[in-house]
Amino acid sequence: MKARQRRRGTEQWILRLYVAGNTARGSKALRNLEAVCEEHLSGRYRIEVVDLLKQPQLARGDQIVALPTLVRRLPPPMKKIIGDLSNQERLLVGLDLRRGEPRGQGSA
Amino acid sequence: MRRRQTHQRLPKTATGITGFDEVTSGGLPKGRPTLICGGPGCGKTLFSLSFLMYGADHGEPGVFVAFEETGDDLIKNVRSLGYDLEAFVKRKKIAIEYIRIERAEIEETGEYDLEALFIRLNEAIKATGAKRVVIDSVETLFAGLSDTGVLRSELRRLFVWLKERGITAIITGEKGIQTLTRQGLEEYVSDCVIALDHRVSDQVSTRRLRIVKYRGSSHGTNEYPFLIDEDGIVVLPITSLQLVHNASMERISTGLPWLDQMFGGKGWFRGSSILISGTAGTAKTTIASHFLDTTCRRGERALLFQFEESPAQYLRNMRSTGLHLEGWARRGQLKVHAARPTLYGLEFHLATMHREVLKHNPTVVVVDPISSFTGGTFDEVNGMLMRLIDFLKERKITSLFTHLIPGGGGNAEDSKIGVSSLMDTWIILRNTPPGHNGGRQLAILKSRGMSHSAELRAFELTNRGTVSV
Repeated sequence: MKARQRRRGTEQWILRLYVAGNTARGSKALRNLEAVCEEHLSGRYRIEVVDLLKQPQLARGDQIVALPTLVRRLPPPMKKIIGDLSNQERLLVGLDLRRGEPRGQGSA
Repeated sequence: MRRRQTHQRLPKTATGITGFDEVTSGGLPKGRPTLICGGPGCGKTLFSLSFLMYGADHGEPGVFVAFEETGDDLIKNVRSLGYDLEAFVKRKKIAIEYIRIERAEIEETGEYDLEALFIRLNEAIKATGAKRVVIDSVETLFAGLSDTGVLRSELRRLFVWLKERGITAIITGEKGIQTLTRQGLEEYVSDCVIALDHRVSDQVSTRRLRIVKYRGSSHGTNEYPFLIDEDGIVVLPITSLQLVHNASMERISTGLPWLDQMFGGKGWFRGSSILISGTAGTAKTTIASHFLDTTCRRGERALLFQFEESPAQYLRNMRSTGLHLEGWARRGQLKVHAARPTLYGLEFHLATMHREVLKHNPTVVVVDPISSFTGGTFDEVNGMLMRLIDFLKERKITSLFTHLIPGGGGNAEDSKIGVSSLMDTWIILRNTPPGHNGGRQLAILKSRGMSHSAELRAFELTNRGTVSV
C-alpha cells in the first residue's frame, strides 16, 4: 500500500478540460478542478483548457460530445468526466483519486 | 382549393429513391428535419445514405453523423449494395462524423450540455458545404448519458438549429414498444415522420414504408411496399387505380399469323392485357414466347418474368420449338428475369417487376406464370396483378400473363381465376381430346373492343414453330 502510494506520488498528471467559449459552467468546472488538484495532486499536475470555439477540430480526437468534459490524459487509462464537476466525491471517483479506491489500474 | 395549392408549393428535396419521391410529390420537406423510425434491419441507415449520396451527386453535399458504426464500417457495409460511399468521402462531398459514447467510460458530475456535438456537426457542415444531414441514430445518446432532461432539451435545440441553417435532415430512431421511437422523438419532429417495417412470415419477407405524418400533404394510401436489392432501395407507388389510360387503337402481332387472323388479322391492341390459361403442357409458354420474338423482330424491347425455369433452361426449351431467342437476349432487346416465386412475398415481386420495367424499358412484358404466386390470399394476388397491370398500362406496355389451370383437363372456364376480369383478352388452351386433329386447341374467350374468332383452333408444336392445323 505504501509502495503504491509512493509511486502514485511521483506520477505526472495531465488533465484536459474542454469548454466552449467563456461560459459560467466552464469557469465553474475549472475552479472545481483546480481545487481538487491542489488538494490531491499538488505540484504534479497540469491542466490544459481547450476552447472548442477556437479549436473545434480537437473535439473529434477525444470523442467529445458534452461540455464541459474533463479528460484525464495521463496517467492512463484515459478517463472522461462530464459536467461542471460540482460533485467533488464523483470527481474523485472519476479520477481514481478517492482514498481506498479499489480500482488502481491507473498506477500500473 | 387554396389549401391544395400551398401543398403543391411546399418546397421538397429529392431523395433519389425510386418511387419515394413520386409518392411524396418530390421527396422530403426542404430545410426541415424528417424522422425515420423502425426496428433493427428495417433499412433506416440505407434510406438515409441513399438520400445523402443522391444529394452529393446533385450539388448538395452532406454529413452523416454515425453513432452506431465507424465511417469505415459504414463504407464497408454499404459497398455490398453497390454504394461507393468512400468516393464521396474522398471528394469531400460527404463527411462522416463518427460519435462514440461509452457509458462505462464516462463519469457525470454536475451540469452539462451537448455543445460539442453542435460544434462538431458545424465543422463537418462547413468542411463539405453540406445541405443535407443524417443523424443515425440519435437515441444512442440516451444509452450513453444519463440526464434525459438535458438530452431532450438539447435534441429539441438541435432540430431547431438544423432548421435555422436550412438543412434538410434525416433523424433516425429505433422503434419503441408502444411508441414509434424509444425516446418519443416523434414529438419533436413536426414536418415529416416515416416508419419502416420489415416482416418475415412463412419465410416470406415483406418491407413496408409508412408515411405517418407529412405536413401539408394528404395521403390516401400511406403504406407502400419497398425493397432493398443490389441497386439500393425502391419504393413501390401504389397507383390510384383510376381508369384513365389512353386506349391505343394500334394493333400489334401476336407473333403467330394464324392467331393474328383470329383477331381479325391484326393481332391484339397495344397496351392491352392478355391472359393465356391452360392446363399443364398446353404450350402457354411457347405462345407467349412467339409474342416476345415478334416484339424483338419489330426492334422493340421485351421483358419476361420467368417463375419456373432459369433463363438458360428457358432459352434452350424454346429452341426446341424453333424459337431462337438467344440473339435477342444477347443484343439486350429481350431480358429474361427469373425468380423463385416462393422465396419472397408478393410485394417484393411486384416491386422487383416495377424496377425491372423501369430499368429495361420494354414495350411488352410477359409474366410466366402468374399461378406461381401462391404466397398470398386470392385477394392479395388479385390486388397485386391489378396494380401491375395498371402500372404497365400507364406506360402503354402490352402485358401477357400465362396461368396454369390445375388438374387434368378440367373445364377451363370454371377455373377460379378472378384476374380474368382485369384482362382485356383471354385465351384458353387445352389438349385435344382423342380423335381430333393436332395436339392442342385454342379458343378466345373474350377480347375487349375488337371482333374475334369464336372457333376452336387446333394447333401443333413442331421444331419449326407453332403451326395451325
